[in-house]
Amino acid sequence: MSNATTGVPSSGGAQKVSAINEVVIRIAGNSQDGIQAIGGFLARLAGRSEQEVMTFMTIPATISGGASIFQVRMGSGEVLSSGDEADVLLAFYQHSYDAHIASLKKGGIVLYDSDHVVPNEELKQKYHHLGIPISGLTVEAIGGTAKDKGKNIFALGLIAKMFDLNLPKLEKLIGERFTGKDPSILNNALAAFHAGHANPLGNVLETFKFVDAQKKDGHQVVMNGNEAIGYGLIAAGVRFGAGYPITPWTDIMELLRRELPKYGGCFIQTEDEIAAISMAIGGSYAGRVAVTGSSGPGISLKTEALGWAIMAEMPLVIIDVQRGGPSTGMPTNIEQSDLNIAVNGGHGDAPRVVIAPANVEDCFYMAIEAVNIARKYSVPVILLTDQGIATRIEAFVEPNLEKVCQEIGPDFTPIADHKPYDLSAVNGISHHVPPGTKINSGKYPIVTGLEHDELGHPTGSPKLHMQMTAKRRKKLQALAATLPVPKIYGPSEGNVLLVGWGSTEGPIKEAVDRARAAGDSVSSIHLKHINPLPNGLENIFSGFNHILVVEMNDEGLYGFGQFGAILRARYCDPKIQGINKTDGLTWKVKEILERTKTNLSAGLSKI
Amino acid sequence: MSETLLAKPVVSTTTPPTEERKGLTKKEIAADHPTWCPGCGDFSVLALYFKLIEKRKMWHEKITTVAGIGCSSRFPYFVQAHGAHYIHGRALPFASGISLSRPDLHVFVFGGDGDAFSIGGNHFNHTARKNIKMTYCVMDNWVYGLTKKQTSPTSPLGFKSKTDIWGAIDYPINPLKQAIAAGATFVARTTHTNPNHVLQMMEAAMDHDGFSFIECLSECVEFYEGAFDASNPRKGGVFNEVPKTHDVTDELAAYKLAGTDFPGHFGIFYKVNKPTKNAKEAEIIKNYQSKVTGQQPWQILQKNFDKMK
Repeated sequence: MSNATTGVPSSGGAQKVSAINEVVIRIAGNSQDGIQAIGGFLARLAGRSEQEVMTFMTIPATISGGASIFQVRMGSGEVLSSGDEADVLLAFYQHSYDAHIASLKKGGIVLYDSDHVVPNEELKQKYHHLGIPISGLTVEAIGGTAKDKGKNIFALGLIAKMFDLNLPKLEKLIGERFTGKDPSILNNALAAFHAGHANPLGNVLETFKFVDAQKKDGHQVVMNGNEAIGYGLIAAGVRFGAGYPITPWTDIMELLRRELPKYGGCFIQTEDEIAAISMAIGGSYAGRVAVTGSSGPGISLKTEALGWAIMAEMPLVIIDVQRGGPSTGMPTNIEQSDLNIAVNGGHGDAPRVVIAPANVEDCFYMAIEAVNIARKYSVPVILLTDQGIATRIEAFVEPNLEKVCQEIGPDFTPIADHKPYDLSAVNGISHHVPPGTKINSGKYPIVTGLEHDELGHPTGSPKLHMQMTAKRRKKLQALAATLPVPKIYGPSEGNVLLVGWGSTEGPIKEAVDRARAAGDSVSSIHLKHINPLPNGLENIFSGFNHILVVEMNDEGLYGFGQFGAILRARYCDPKIQGINKTDGLTWKVKEILERTKTNLSAGLSKI
Repeated sequence: MSETLLAKPVVSTTTPPTEERKGLTKKEIAADHPTWCPGCGDFSVLALYFKLIEKRKMWHEKITTVAGIGCSSRFPYFVQAHGAHYIHGRALPFASGISLSRPDLHVFVFGGDGDAFSIGGNHFNHTARKNIKMTYCVMDNWVYGLTKKQTSPTSPLGFKSKTDIWGAIDYPINPLKQAIAAGATFVARTTHTNPNHVLQMMEAAMDHDGFSFIECLSECVEFYEGAFDASNPRKGGVFNEVPKTHDVTDELAAYKLAGTDFPGHFGIFYKVNKPTKNAKEAEIIKNYQSKVTGQQPWQILQKNFDKMK
């Protein structure tokens, strides 16, 4: 909790109110207790209050039950990560208390359900303990019919009281959530909420109030990364796709299945991963960029068909929501270990585009970018996200949908002649002409995975194979020339440059802020275009003594991590080193800083 | 209102709509000379596909020819029309992507027994059960030809191939039974040696609103010569049509008939009318769209965004 004003230590007696900029709340319980709902309410409230917010959650890989946490960081200033340490821990069970008390900042508040938790006496010196019989009081408030239901909303009331949150806004959010259901459910929820809010906060002598957030331009919307991708694809004009359920990609296909019919489209659940990408490619072939997606093992299954789309030069968008691998791996944990398969997966020389959003807002806009690159270059585009960004909730300025939404319906205007693989096309960029188009020359195109001539007919000619291989490569080189060089966060010259990609942007930037505040010379860049890379990175790299690539994957046989290895191959620069980890959790700012220091002392001798 | 998958696409055409377009000639439909071995049964299937296009006055831009991998799957290269040569075993989901997003096209899929029943077996079952509108013609030669004589899923017991030098030991698939059990709504059998019958089956399949499946025996003269002689009267065999008394809507009778020992019967075994997946998806789209009549896509999306504020 960062105090906005110089904190005055509370001296006992009357409760005092402290102004704060931000807070990190960790809610720990079981997955069926609705702890995601509390987190969701808080995140939405922050969005509506023009605050910044970021969440982090773990879900057990069990069907029902299992320990789960939801962490919310909300604040009046810029929120870059979900926070290393919590200011407040809300613990529903003994196991929640035991497992998460160490995540509290020294002097933090642990709010626990005293019906289930017996606190550790030794820890009472270190953290403020506040025991409230949440289960019992909830039953008292709403009647004991529904087992443990409602205690999450009761706890939300407690938090609202502690942080002086806006009651009417929260009541409205609760109302929206339970709209359309049996009115008694809404009444019970509100009763639990008010009971929680009215409950005295016991020995906690301090409550908090957020300082006013800076006015933002326009309203904010609050959603998670998977939702942002789904809606981004709809805004991009995608109307057809196919998929197979697999965590954590599934939310996107559920959203598209549910939403696309309103737009005249449909999303098909197929019999397997291979059918999913094949059906999507069929949809693209039929005239409009289609989408498929998956996670982990599903991406492996799709690679043969991906190779076909590259060879046949079909536009296609593939979402890869990464999880821990290989094989079934860690389905509900975060990892960035699909970079290699995204960039190189499959047999043969098969250039494809890979882009990676850094935050939830990016998920929306880069879904549109993926569609547009696929169309313009007639190439498959992989949108590489991960479990963390998929499930984390952020607020961002509402897009101007009227301007952003685009129509990409196919054009069936008859044409004089057509070569699907025209070697004279500028930069090798030819275009797909869908069936339904009359070609007046009477020569119709075949799209194929066999090496082919300009009309798509098979060839064994070494010359044509070389020309066509170069054509498929040149398209990406042309794309690279149009990509923006990433902005440097911090000065453009110094000792250390941290390089990140994907969902790690927040903690890396925050690490830069903290390092600079401590007087260290650290900057960072974040790459969103992974394959091809933008041109000109060498100019950025030349300004630093050490280039450390921060990734959530293994350092690999040669010690540089997956993206680090690509950068080393591309720039042949021994300054490039990796900071890698595979614990299935997001980066903590502290970890990045410690690992940077370790790497600098060890890394110098490595060179 | 955005363009939908429901509506047939608007095509601005240089030909005035009033002018009657003629059917295509064989010359206009034929493309590359087939790479098949002389005497291959697939030639006759191709010739009859041309005849079908000619007879039914289909135009280049109204059909799409799709195939997977195998000798017979070279098919699209030999047809002068929009076509795709996809990967091994996955032609059906690819074709489904076209069928479900383009109600204006007729999708024809050609392939072999390995493509259909071995590597693509799962897709065969699911495309059939979902009743996705298309015509699937499997040229069954009981052997892997492109890779030069390995056992196929339809090779009979005892067939000597390079992977079963002592004779095939695995029980073969019965394509008709497989199709009926999977829920295909049109199941027929024909043979390349009877051209009129092939054309008849193709026409009936094309006119069927749903997933129409034809098993067409097509001899591999190189690696399984004489496989189907017992069904060819010119080679001393018998060509038995499906009995006139057979009720094509009777699933059990069709299944039983499909189990007759070779040469068995030829004709339509099973044909029922069930709503296609195409029609069902279109119904869902229609219902959902009726709730947003007159709204632009961005206005529909705005409603979702309003809930996330």
